[in-house]
Amino acid sequence: MADESKPKAPAPSGIINKRKLEERRRFLRSIILGAAVLGISTLGYIPVASAWRVRMRPPGALEEPDFLSSCIKCGQCVQVCPVQAIKLDDIDHGFGVGVPHIVSREQACDFSCDAVQCILACPTGALVYKKPAFMPLRGEMRVANPPILIAKEKDPEPTLNLMERTGLARLARPDACLAVQGKGFKGQARGADFKGKMRFIEVDRWKPIPLRDHPFDLPLCDLCVRTCPIRGAISLQEVVGKDGVRRMTPTVHEPCLGCGVCEMICPVEPAAIVVDARKGWVA
Amino acid sequence: MANKYWESVRVMLGGEPRKAQPAEYTEEAKTIHFYKKSEKQDFGALKLEAREHQKKKYWLKRRWIVLLSINLLFTVSYWFDIQILEGALTASRMLGFHLIDLNSALQVMLAHKHIIVNLFIGTGTVFVLWLLLGGRTFCSWACPYHFLAENAERLHVYLVEKKKVTDHTFHRGVRTVFWALFALMAFVTGYTVFETLSPVGIVSRALIYGPGLALGWVVLLLLFEVFYSRRAWCRYICPIGLTYGFVGVFSPLHVTYRLANCHHEGECRKVCEVPHVLDCIIKGRAPEAQLDIGADCTRCGMCVDVCPSGALQFEIKGLRKIM
Repeated sequence: MADESKPKAPAPSGIINKRKLEERRRFLRSIILGAAVLGISTLGYIPVASAWRVRMRPPGALEEPDFLSSCIKCGQCVQVCPVQAIKLDDIDHGFGVGVPHIVSREQACDFSCDAVQCILACPTGALVYKKPAFMPLRGEMRVANPPILIAKEKDPEPTLNLMERTGLARLARPDACLAVQGKGFKGQARGADFKGKMRFIEVDRWKPIPLRDHPFDLPLCDLCVRTCPIRGAISLQEVVGKDGVRRMTPTVHEPCLGCGVCEMICPVEPAAIVVDARKGWVA
Repeated sequence: MANKYWESVRVMLGGEPRKAQPAEYTEEAKTIHFYKKSEKQDFGALKLEAREHQKKKYWLKRRWIVLLSINLLFTVSYWFDIQILEGALTASRMLGFHLIDLNSALQVMLAHKHIIVNLFIGTGTVFVLWLLLGGRTFCSWACPYHFLAENAERLHVYLVEKKKVTDHTFHRGVRTVFWALFALMAFVTGYTVFETLSPVGIVSRALIYGPGLALGWVVLLLLFEVFYSRRAWCRYICPIGLTYGFVGVFSPLHVTYRLANCHHEGECRKVCEVPHVLDCIIKGRAPEAQLDIGADCTRCGMCVDVCPSGALQFEIKGLRKIM
């Protein structure tokens, strides 16, 4: 419908309309982009929403909500760990992308660094030797006395600079426990394919070795007791069962820090003794 | 001159570059513009000449070497346990000295509301470092996602040339909105939600600790950039870029523009990640004979590389007067 006498009149307004239309489209697109990014970011809250799921965090970790808010996801704790116990989570476990955690059965923290290096490495205070005063502290997480590390018991300063446990060991399946059954143990604790490492003071004070390179020969299995790195945390006790029979039973005591070595070394499958992450000592 | 900084921040936050008023033009600039008007230039020939005189990827090569070295140093430090640069890009220790990414630090401070000494030291060091080096210099010289996005961008530009895809732009102000929202979410919910989304952290950790499923998110972002919107993450979303942008407002290191040398053929704006900072190169726009490019500039040097007449150059403020 072009008017021959005024050929140029509609053109500029057409251009302006086109520009306005593009601007309007861009505005709408921007709103949609905003909504989409916000929608996706709610997925980022999955670790918070599923915080009721108990996870084993590295030693010295703050309580879960504080830990999630303060962890900067750099993995420095991963890098300093001499036994590579600490792993960063991916997106499939809901533990938080890049947030550290420990799977004790695969590789427990055996304190072979002597000084809880992961706490030392943490730049944001997500892992701390001592919690700031204003932070919530569950009384049952504190240990009564400074934990004595058996490996450096003869040092002038034998204690670990850590006054809180990450969890507590528990004999979950007494029936499966070799000691309870009165059985011994011979061979590699977790088989030839197990990749986990541990420091044995009698082998090398500073260098952890693969568990499979250190076979045992025990008349009565006490692996969890003999490998426990903390003085007085676990012992074999004679316990009278319901049937009136006296059996040697691994018994967890107050100094237990929940490091998970007992869970890692337990030779039965699945482990008879496990660590309950974030569980405190209740007398 | 405070005005100049304010304008550069306004444009960075999403404002359209303002055309200078006639009164703002200096005599020198007016004279140059006047002579440029009288010159009749053959634009096609100029472009050809321009292409011939481009320094072939001089800064690009240097930048990629630096970027890859930084990121691989993390990997090498961990894998060979040489402990030069431990951690990831979000937080690290270089020879024992704490370095913390400013945006990650901000998120953690807002969420956790408690700042320990190491966090403070690391943040302060990095702040001073990037203040001296230009703020968003981080983006183009250190960010591993930038490297991926830059190469995805090549593919995007190629596809646009072949008319297979079209670029869909967004309003640049959305980045400011995202910055504020992510900060607000961290503060209110006490959780650093941006850190779970950040492709920078994901790529950096993947390089060091091995790939994971989270890289799928990064791939989706790159596909979005290749097929839908050029450099969408860096241009419209990433709050890290804006945080470093603020740091670089008063930085002494920047790209400087010399009106007299410019032929206005516009090659620089085509390669620029943030072309709004190069608004002054449009014929007749520059109110002064020499201008500093604004805070949103990532100092990547692409414009310096493509400029045939040396109108765009890296410069350290103050050095001009001394030398």
